[in-house]
Amino acid sequence: MQNDESYVLNQFQQGDAAAFETLFHQHQRTVYCWVLRITRNSAAAEDLTIETFWRIFSAHARFDPARGFEGWARRIATRAALDWLRAGRTESELSTEMLAEAMAPIEADPALTAEIRLKTAMAFARLPAKLRTAATLAVIEELPQRDVAAALGISVAAVKLRVFRALRLLRKDLEKQGITP
Amino acid sequence: MNEDDQDRMKKLLKQALPPVKEDAEPRRNLWPAMLRRMDARPTTAVWAGFSSAWFDGALAAGLVALIAISPASIPIILYYL
Repeated sequence: MQNDESYVLNQFQQGDAAAFETLFHQHQRTVYCWVLRITRNSAAAEDLTIETFWRIFSAHARFDPARGFEGWARRIATRAALDWLRAGRTESELSTEMLAEAMAPIEADPALTAEIRLKTAMAFARLPAKLRTAATLAVIEELPQRDVAAALGISVAAVKLRVFRALRLLRKDLEKQGITP
Repeated sequence: MNEDDQDRMKKLLKQALPPVKEDAEPRRNLWPAMLRRMDARPTTAVWAGFSSAWFDGALAAGLVALIAISPASIPIILYYL
């Protein structure tokens, strides 16, 4: 099994299209889920999964089979998702999924109104992409900071700093709207 | 912002935007679209690469010039990096 994987990875590194197809089918769901976590938009996540694999295919010669495929793919997917977030996405373009999430009734804290949750989601969407991404992965998705750091290509300390700055900016934005968290 | 404030903000954020379900899957088969993408000729790739490199160079030169003219701007630049 291990030998099969190594063989596929080595073949892919040499530009073999069949090996690439195998890797696509093996990892497309993982990449899709990862991008969906960052973008929270299923249509965009599908397009970005294709974009990610296109970048992977284009960069096959730089792939190091010894370092594994998933982490490498995750870093490329993160960069693709960040590019998408940076491409002028604002709170006015919140996806219907994000709106539905924010407006959905929750059991955890009934005192937290749908309006506050919507305003929080909109304020969060206004944050700079790199802060939003770090906070999404580390706070909302509760992923280990080490994994977030590896995906973003930064240190764990930098992840903590980005999360802190994201939360501080979010609080300032909400306070301007008269919401005291 | 102290730790209590951070915890409150984290809680609020998680309630406003719950985590994505782990069993999420694409709604369509993505392989045909992937094949179309691979078959398309990357006609703009060379120009895009040049354009990007040119822009990166201009941005770096601008930052160096700004730091040379106004060293006080270094903390501000570092903050936004």
